[in-house]
Amino acid sequence: MSETSARPTVVPGEITLNGVSKSYGAIGFRKEVVRDCSFTIERAKLTVMVGPSGCGKSTLIRLLAGFEQPSAGTVTLDGAPINGPDRDRLVLFQETALFPWMTTWNNILYGPRARGELSSEALEFAEFLLAKVGLQDFRDKYPGQLSGGMQRRAELARAMINNPKVMILDEPFRGLDAMTKELMWEYYSRLYEENRRTNFFVTTDIDEAVFLADRMLVMSNIPTQVRAVIDVDLPRPRRLSDLVESDRANDIKKQALSILHAEAMRSFSRGSKAAADFVDAYLKRASRA
Amino acid sequence: MSGIGKLLSNRAFWRGVGSIVIFLVLWELGSRSKQWMAPEFFAPFKDLLGTMGFKKDYLPWIGAVPPPSGVLKSWVAVLGQQGYWQSWYMSFFRVMGGFIAAMLIGIPFGLALAVNRVAHGVGFPVFEVLRPIPPLAWVPASIIFWPTQESAIIFITFLGAFYTIVINVLGGARSIDVRYFQAAQSMGSSRWDIFRRVVLPGTLPSIVVGSAVGMGITWEVVVAAEMISGGGSQQAGTGGGLGFFIWNSYVGGSYEQIVVGMISIGIAGFVSSELLRWGGRFVTPWMKVR
Repeated sequence: MSETSARPTVVPGEITLNGVSKSYGAIGFRKEVVRDCSFTIERAKLTVMVGPSGCGKSTLIRLLAGFEQPSAGTVTLDGAPINGPDRDRLVLFQETALFPWMTTWNNILYGPRARGELSSEALEFAEFLLAKVGLQDFRDKYPGQLSGGMQRRAELARAMINNPKVMILDEPFRGLDAMTKELMWEYYSRLYEENRRTNFFVTTDIDEAVFLADRMLVMSNIPTQVRAVIDVDLPRPRRLSDLVESDRANDIKKQALSILHAEAMRSFSRGSKAAADFVDAYLKRASRA
Repeated sequence: MSGIGKLLSNRAFWRGVGSIVIFLVLWELGSRSKQWMAPEFFAPFKDLLGTMGFKKDYLPWIGAVPPPSGVLKSWVAVLGQQGYWQSWYMSFFRVMGGFIAAMLIGIPFGLALAVNRVAHGVGFPVFEVLRPIPPLAWVPASIIFWPTQESAIIFITFLGAFYTIVINVLGGARSIDVRYFQAAQSMGSSRWDIFRRVVLPGTLPSIVVGSAVGMGITWEVVVAAEMISGGGSQQAGTGGGLGFFIWNSYVGGSYEQIVVGMISIGIAGFVSSELLRWGGRFVTPWMKVR
């Protein structure tokens, strides 16, 4: 199989947010979800955004994907403003967005078919990706017949066939069982190390963030802002077992947790249930570390 | 072979068979109750009901219902008659005519309401005003409106299925998760492509459900419409249909045939919805695996 010839070269992009705000609701009842938020999703890096649940991360993703426009500020990809959804920024959603009525194979080929690019190269690339995500035996199965982890992998393949400049992942491994989740971390991180595409990964899970990230954005509560940017300078390729023993990894984790803890405590005084849960989880983590 | 073997060794299957057998036996005993029960046995009950205001000589009693053995005899006799099969044919023809028209008009209409804001704004209010009117209330108006009685009956069966199909298609298309549209858009789908490959397959399960429910209503409506319009025509043979068959049996005093007609409609409805379910499974293969 001529694997290399079928693979289009990865062109990583860079997304910049400048003073972005987003509010919802009618005049007089507006709620600001994102306020004056600025950061860069650096080229060819894996940026992980971590923040308490319900902090407006999903709103940011909708802005990056172009499903919504910011109320103020600009979002640009390689300098050009983002006006709407496009294949150069693909999103993996929290729950699977594989089309239930299409087999794995047809799901993967959705993009090329939609754009009328169903060439022999595209088919060859699809074949390569199907093997890459290890689903050759599930080619003609429907998403309902796949396990959670398989669905995630099929979805990765469906996104990668479009060769996006940026991949955006919105808590993609949420809801998977612990074992599958860790396998998916390792799998996804190897995938990233291979192609070095720009990746933007959103999560509430600190362990996931530290294991995957090149750069980590620690977010505030609503209205969303970046509290800290942490460079996760751990060597690649990474393995979970290495990470548990690494002092540097634990330092980064504590650093991020202390910021998140402060954020959670602030909203705790406002009586948010999400924050109470977060503090609880934090205390458990802290006692383990 | 193993399929039949499995069925024969299945407890639930025999429970079902037992249930039907017991029902038939009780029915037979009930309708023959006058033969094995002395009339004096009921005297106290009759007196009691009499004091409650019932007429003593007209009590609801299963003895008035023909026994299953009689029904079977009458059914065998009627199987050889052309009129009986003509009734089947006429009812099926009307149900299918009305139902297929309801699908052909209802599915595109429902989809248009779902995807087009203008179509929804213009079409939906009228639809919602007309929807609460029961199909049978349309009988006199449609007899006046349509040139033939046949087309009037088909129109009424059409109405029976139409509203259900439209509501299901509209609801189904509306409930497709926004993530699918966002994913499709991101991957470069045009509006038409999204309609063809996301809206249409996403709505199919609702189309199947709506059609199955609509089919049931169609059989209810066609029988009543035939009784009203076909039964009123007094032209033997031209009205036809199973509904008319029942009405005619009632007028003619053949009570066994009434039950034959009732069971025939039950079978017809069952066969149509099975056919529909089979077709539904065929067009939504992903549904059976979930």
